[in-house]
Amino acid sequence: MSWVDVAIQAGIWALEILVIAASVALSVAYIIYVERRVIGWMQVRKGCNRVGWAGLLQPIADGLKLFLKETIIPTTANKFLFVAAPVMAMAPAFIAFAVVPFGETTLFGLWETAHVMAIANINVGILYVMAISSLSIYGILMAGWASNSKYAFLGAIRATCQMVSYEISMGFAIVTVLMLSGTMNLAGIVHAQAGGLLHWYIIPLFPMFLVFFISGAAECNRSPFDLPEGESEIVAGFFVEYSGMWFATFSLGEYAAMILISLMTSILFLGGWHAPIAALDVIPGTVWLLGKAFFLIFVFIWFRATFPRYRYDQLMRLGWKVFLPWTLAWIAVIGICMYTPVIQDVIAFWRPGSGA
Amino acid sequence: MLEAAFFYLFGGLAVVAALGVVMARNTIHSVMFLIFCFFNASGLFFMLDAEFLGIILILIYVGAVMVMFMFVIMMLEVNFARLREGFLQYLPIGGAIAVMLLIELIAAATSGVFSSKTASTVEHFGREVNNTMEIGKVLYTKYLLGFEIAAIILLVALVGAVVLTLRSRKDAKYQVISKQVKVRKEDRLRKVEM
Repeated sequence: MSWVDVAIQAGIWALEILVIAASVALSVAYIIYVERRVIGWMQVRKGCNRVGWAGLLQPIADGLKLFLKETIIPTTANKFLFVAAPVMAMAPAFIAFAVVPFGETTLFGLWETAHVMAIANINVGILYVMAISSLSIYGILMAGWASNSKYAFLGAIRATCQMVSYEISMGFAIVTVLMLSGTMNLAGIVHAQAGGLLHWYIIPLFPMFLVFFISGAAECNRSPFDLPEGESEIVAGFFVEYSGMWFATFSLGEYAAMILISLMTSILFLGGWHAPIAALDVIPGTVWLLGKAFFLIFVFIWFRATFPRYRYDQLMRLGWKVFLPWTLAWIAVIGICMYTPVIQDVIAFWRPGSGA
Repeated sequence: MLEAAFFYLFGGLAVVAALGVVMARNTIHSVMFLIFCFFNASGLFFMLDAEFLGIILILIYVGAVMVMFMFVIMMLEVNFARLREGFLQYLPIGGAIAVMLLIELIAAATSGVFSSKTASTVEHFGREVNNTMEIGKVLYTKYLLGFEIAAIILLVALVGAVVLTLRSRKDAKYQVISKQVKVRKEDRLRKVEM
């Protein structure tokens, strides 16, 4: 491989990264807009509708406002970590997008075989997403510690406990998917669900779908699990001392994580880029995947408009006493089903790799 | 060549980060250096085609173990003046251990174990070789006994930690969710004739 090839390859990668990062950032801006409009609609009021047609320029105006605001660094704060924390909270959510397959394409028949539309189609894709998204906790922890403020510290402690607890049940929910699909490659998991609605893992793994999605809400600190922010008790939690663009960086990370969770739920349980029935295959796969993800994002917003915030002990109870036993039991159920003579044939329907 | 460059990058940064762990004044900075060190170690795993081990290193150590570390360290109040008090007193024994380790490392490095002849193949496997599956096959067949023993040790440690920290308070009030859900309007509400 000559240096020219290396340079071309590097250029293509840079372009791919730029496209995905820019579209994620733009989606975040408009998801915030959608959230405000949808919650307004659910609460029988208008929501933002002044800037631009139907308020569509509101996210741009908000971004500009935050950008021009002064960033205040408290005198007692640890300067370096205070500035680094928002970046550390945001970056993992974006890095994890590297392995998300957005569909399959032959580039209008240019390629003979279909290529997976992901920056990196790696064998341990699902583990990569878990590993990288678990890193955002350091940003939150550092924000709480470096601010040198008691509210920020309490928020950081809450966030840490919450994320560590829910990561476990999330991981076990993923294990059940891996048991059926037999691969950790995200594109492979989607391929294993090919063949219509009945093949999707939401059918045999419905409880795990609920566990994964709700734990996802807890992972990205979404309402009703937004205790780390808890404005009624600890002002604004871990980012209480942040202002201007650094504050916006935190919400950028939070919403990017929300998009990621929605995409992952669609890929793991809702058949990824496959259409529910064969007749709808004319619509491109990417549209299906993004449509499913958008529906799940809507559900997140719906949660926020519907449920009151959990109390801290209820949150811990849900994670450790409800979700964890559920997931462990379901792993056992799937495992036993796979080796029981008659049921084996039934469950083979969802296991394309098993030879059935 | 690119590979060698990345090896020296990861290796060098790992050494620098490890030095940072020991040298940093602030304990939180030490922990951050340790996390950075783990990252570079995982980069080295990736270069050895052991992507499963690399990811697991980040997932377990950086994602879970170090969070707990940091949690504890954030709560501690470390008094550096007090820590340094016994420095001279422990210098001879510490120095002796350091010198011994240095001699051992040099002896090992020059013994020929690390020479290019004994190093395993430098060629890489293709994507079709599934690292995770191979590890699983070996772990659950050849090394099953060791695996199970490790699992039991971890289980005992887990149960032990729970038993050691479990304190039941008589005056604590618990919420029984099933009872709350079962409650009907008639149980709580009483109509009063006025």
